[in-house]
Amino acid sequence: MLVYLIRRIGQSLLVIAVMAVLVFLAVYAVGDPVAILANPEATQQELDAIAARLGLDRPLWEQFAIFVWNALQGDLGTSFVYSESALTVILERLPATMELAFVALVLSILIGVPLGVIAGLKPDGLAGRTIMSTSILGFSLPNFWIGLMLILLFAVELQWLPASGRGDTVDVLGVPLSMFTLDGLSHLLLPAFTLALYKSSLVIRIAQAGTREVMLQDYVRFARAKGLSPRRIVMVHVLKNMMIPVVTVLGLELGSMIAFAVVTETVFSYPGMGKLLIDSINRLDRPIVVAYLMLTVFIFVIINLVVDMLYAAIDPRVRLSEAKG
Amino acid sequence: MTTPVLDVRDLQVTFSTREGLVTAVDGVSFRVDAGEVMGLVGESGSGKSVTGLAVLGLIDPPGRIAAGSIKVKATELVGQSEKALQKVRGKDVAMIFQDPMTTLNPVLRIDTQMIEAIRAHEQVSEKAARERARDALAKVGIPSPEERLNAYPNQFSGGMRQRVAIATALLNRPAVLVADEPTTALDVTIQAQILSEVQALCAETGTALVWITHDLSVIAGLADKVAVMYAGRVVEEGPVADVLERPIHPYTAGLIGSVPSRNKRGVPLAQIPGMTPQLSKLPPGCPFAPRCGYSTDPCRTIRPERTPYPGGRAARCHNPLDVPPNTPKADAARELTP
Ligand SMILES: Nc1ncnc2c1ncn2[C@@H]1O[C@H](COP(=O)(O)OP(=O)(O)O)[C@@H](O)[C@H]1O
Ligand code: SF4
Ligand SMILES: [Mg+2]
Repeated sequence: MLVYLIRRIGQSLLVIAVMAVLVFLAVYAVGDPVAILANPEATQQELDAIAARLGLDRPLWEQFAIFVWNALQGDLGTSFVYSESALTVILERLPATMELAFVALVLSILIGVPLGVIAGLKPDGLAGRTIMSTSILGFSLPNFWIGLMLILLFAVELQWLPASGRGDTVDVLGVPLSMFTLDGLSHLLLPAFTLALYKSSLVIRIAQAGTREVMLQDYVRFARAKGLSPRRIVMVHVLKNMMIPVVTVLGLELGSMIAFAVVTETVFSYPGMGKLLIDSINRLDRPIVVAYLMLTVFIFVIINLVVDMLYAAIDPRVRLSEAKG
Repeated sequence: MTTPVLDVRDLQVTFSTREGLVTAVDGVSFRVDAGEVMGLVGESGSGKSVTGLAVLGLIDPPGRIAAGSIKVKATELVGQSEKALQKVRGKDVAMIFQDPMTTLNPVLRIDTQMIEAIRAHEQVSEKAARERARDALAKVGIPSPEERLNAYPNQFSGGMRQRVAIATALLNRPAVLVADEPTTALDVTIQAQILSEVQALCAETGTALVWITHDLSVIAGLADKVAVMYAGRVVEEGPVADVLERPIHPYTAGLIGSVPSRNKRGVPLAQIPGMTPQLSKLPPGCPFAPRCGYSTDPCRTIRPERTPYPGGRAARCHNPLDVPPNTPKADAARELTP
């Protein structure tokens, strides 16, 4: 187990290093931030001064070396726009995005698992077929379009929910979170639902396939032979086995949820990391973009590690075989 | 005469498949008394499992019980609602299955899987149910049962898992236990152990035992009577010693010939030639005719009816082999023996 863990962490570090090079090169190729930051009437001397202050006059490899050196000390650069540590600027937005992704994740489980189980128990029934064909919509409709439609319906027409922004927050362990206030939840609901829709479809598919497979297993037949109620069989025997693939896939998808949040946050003007990224790209605020990408890679890697651990927690077979090896 | 605890009459189970309606079990009848052991024997595909599942009301679509009656302790099960059957399953009739590796839920602890079997039928405390589960494990020979209750199935060997399944099935002292080839997947020495253990447990509680197997030798010394199935029908039935000693039906004789025996060591097994028939393409006469060394013209056109013989025996064959004495057919049968 320890060897396995160390190997996994080693792999993760390698991924982060490779990403650092790629991210730095890619971002360096985008536009000239000095031109945007400076007054349009600025002289060449003034432009050079800005470039020198930001370190943009040095050769590429030197900038990279400085970037790596600083990054190792937890400094991912200073935002050109906010004149603050890029990491600090992003971390301020992190709770909003994490919260959005988390609520979306919970929604996609709450929507996807029951529907998937219903469809899996009676795959040929009307309900099952309707659920499965509707779930295709969830896959194919574009995220931003769904967001706009939801805004039109619930915010503009019905005026039930706010169209944009983030609601009131309360501090939980020093982190400002909005999902514990009514106002915050009402702001979260539409963007979270938008973000959850695609994942719900995914969960429905996995849950349906999982339920069908598990229902055919000998242990379900034995459970029935014991005289258990269908309710107990589904809620205990089927659900627990079926959740293994669901948790695996959803855990891996949490990362892409954060990435998808870029579009959703922009549509809903939700002040999270994703919106910050789009704004920063528009303003050529390189350190923010670099810091965002590095942080995302880091989060991905952590999530993958956590999923592996979680997987072991649900499935005793994994837990025990790894304990031995 | 006592009423048998399990009374199956003219059971017919059909499956609607793409090739049409398949009759997997066709007119099967048998009765088992309390404490009695019946072997249900036949090659793979002969309808043994379907018969066993039907007794528990576990035939799922596209299958259905098309006709017949199944009575457990004189209560008719055919036609009962799913809810009523739930009350019977695991309480009056229990079943264990072939593959011990897949019969227990891999993600639930043993205590969960045993306690739920008790609490599905009785309102007892978690603690009391747990104690009963522990005692049941001890009874099937699982060492340190208290600790093993907290284990997961993958922490047990195949033989131990089947013991857990047996203990679970017997938790509510069922009137009938259907054991569907529970030792086939296991080591030969463990097979014999488990069979005699189950038999002892059933004898203790008066549970009627239906032991399904494709291997006649497994039940030779243990069962009281045997029913031999071929293509969905019982082709021969009777007390196990008599049937083994003097089989009436050529198929039974073939099965005995394919049983490895100690005095014939080194001699290749006499396999029954040919394949088990496709149920959707059964010949009009005797289903065994294409493989039978004793078949005559009537065999190919007339389906043999169930014929009773002395000593509580019966068979479905136009040319019975070794008919018990005092039957007019006996001599005729001997003449036909090639
Ligand atoms: N779910 C099913 N769908 C269609 N046919 C089935 C099904 N289950 C069983 N059968 C039919 O019933 C026959 C007997 O099966 P089974 O009782 O499992 O045989 P065995 O004697 O090996 O236990 C099979 O050969 C098959 O034709
Ligand atoms: S009826 Fe004829 S074919 Fe069938 S088993 Fe008897 S002898 Fe063989
Ligand atoms: Mg079978």
